[in-house]
Amino acid sequence: MSTLPEPIEALLEAALVGELTVVDANGHPVTYPLIPLYDGEKIYLTSSTLFSRKLEHIKGNGKVSLSITDPIAVGGRTDRATIQGDARVIEEDPHGGWERLLPIWEKKEPSIVYFLTQRVALPLFFERALIEITPRRALYWADGDAATAPQVSTAGKAAA
Amino acid sequence: MAAIGKTPRTPALDLHEGLAKLATYPYQILTFVDPDGYPVSVAVAAAIDAAAGTATFPAPSGIATPTDADISLSGSHIRPQPGYGYDERRHVTVWGRGTMSPDGATVSFAAARAWGWDEAEVPFFEYSERSTGQSKKYFDALSVERGTPVKPRLSFGWLALRTTRLPFLSATIVPVVLGIAIAARHGSFDLLTAVLTVIGASFVQLGLNVANDVFDTAQGADDANLTPTKFSGGSRVIQYGLVSFRQMAGIATVFYVGAGLIGLLLLALRGSPALLIIGVVGFIVSIGYTAPPLKFVYRGLGEIAVAIGFGPLMLLGAYVVQTRGALSWEPFVASLPIALLVALILYVNEIPDRRGDARAGKRTLPVRLSKPTVIAIYQVAAVAAYAIVVIGVVVGQLPIPALLALLSAPLALQVSRGLAPNYDNPYGLMAVMGVNVKVHLYAGLLLLAGYLVVLIAGAVAPSVNLFLR
Repeated sequence: MSTLPEPIEALLEAALVGELTVVDANGHPVTYPLIPLYDGEKIYLTSSTLFSRKLEHIKGNGKVSLSITDPIAVGGRTDRATIQGDARVIEEDPHGGWERLLPIWEKKEPSIVYFLTQRVALPLFFERALIEITPRRALYWADGDAATAPQVSTAGKAAA
Repeated sequence: MAAIGKTPRTPALDLHEGLAKLATYPYQILTFVDPDGYPVSVAVAAAIDAAAGTATFPAPSGIATPTDADISLSGSHIRPQPGYGYDERRHVTVWGRGTMSPDGATVSFAAARAWGWDEAEVPFFEYSERSTGQSKKYFDALSVERGTPVKPRLSFGWLALRTTRLPFLSATIVPVVLGIAIAARHGSFDLLTAVLTVIGASFVQLGLNVANDVFDTAQGADDANLTPTKFSGGSRVIQYGLVSFRQMAGIATVFYVGAGLIGLLLLALRGSPALLIIGVVGFIVSIGYTAPPLKFVYRGLGEIAVAIGFGPLMLLGAYVVQTRGALSWEPFVASLPIALLVALILYVNEIPDRRGDARAGKRTLPVRLSKPTVIAIYQVAAVAAYAIVVIGVVVGQLPIPALLALLSAPLALQVSRGLAPNYDNPYGLMAVMGVNVKVHLYAGLLLLAGYLVVLIAGAVAPSVNLFLR
């Protein structure tokens, strides 16, 4: 079930990279570039255990945001968005649990399937946890310009 | 034993350097935590003064930028590669406090700290290696959370391949089969003991490979290495938590015990003092390669130990098993180019390891010598390997078809040319190391092919002399 306005969904579908921001134990925002994977309802990101500090932060505070700002990473689109939501870490099986998202991931990064066949070369990179974000609120800049106030929508509701 | 998983983290980023990097991005991402506790990000165009540690940017419309809490400015870059994914990854974040101008139009930002990564400066593989400790921390925490050990995994096949470094077994197969072939030319061949020799010698190398990781970990060399490649830096299975230190020690023991038992069986079947001496010396060289007190590789003697072990010892050992102890110069001469080329595999593989080796007190030749000297030694040794083949043929010790080995010389030239431009780039050197492994393999196989020609000729036309004597 779609929970986000169509333009934001389109951005999520197109984005090769987005900026995940989590809140650390001191209340500071920490931003990580990651590939956003959207299944039409929730946003997923994956994190290698090598770079798992973000997972520690999310376990301590599940309030996160994902921004999509880079026109180059979205095929030239100039609109921008930030999605705020509640995140949880899914890590029942760091070895293979994340592979259920491989079909969506492959659409954005086709080489990942090849790299997975070379898992022996970089085994810890493929030990991964999933970050599942349930969108709560979205800010959208149709022209991508912060001089204009964003359109704000809550998940499942129309833009304000 | 050195602390596993204590590899240094990504190099720290000075805030001025962070701001200077941030200034190179076409826009900056302002991020802060809103009153509801959620982060919010908005793209802004900041004017950055890296030297002063400050930035200014227009206050975003409709969003209140806090002045009583930390805010951050980030830059993020990728280059899309259609059909592949992307590359040129880099990002930087600078944290600090913001001050609003009296008219509320501009935010002044005073930077306090910075963090980032640029794969052009720290290659992804090195970045991953530096982060090994974070992965260990993750699994340790998950194990505590679940009350049961949780470890990273690989399938058994891949794990066995990685743990034993099985593909390097060519270093054993080549000299052993060559020794058997030369013995066959001399009229001695026994299939059972030939097979047992191949298996036993392989066990010695597999034991050596695993023991090497055990002792390098114990002495801190593998933990100090931040730029391992598939050819260098060990198997890393201990560092990655895939196999425990104790398990590795057990695996090495099993291989050595297996090799010892096969050696005893061969002694019983084909016993000779020469085989006993070769076996004992081989065991000492193998164990002493990294193990105290000998630690040949830590003293700059690793290349010599490998040359002796995977050259004359392997080849003559296989030869005397077949001949029941009879020795001759021919297998010794044939072993010399193999010895030099196998030593050069180790030698080149030590180049990317040299900084970590130096930190761990492992005084290999590339640690001790300058870049020009290291490259010159490679060239001299490679030329010597092929010169020995030619001289061996000229003086009648090697058969004329042994000259087939010269066909691999262009590969050695390729390695020689690739060393200088990639000397300080471990990942660029990977391709060169791969070719270098092929130099030994192909030279050995071509020598073997030469002996097969001799054997076939001997069977088909016994009167034809393929030696210049």
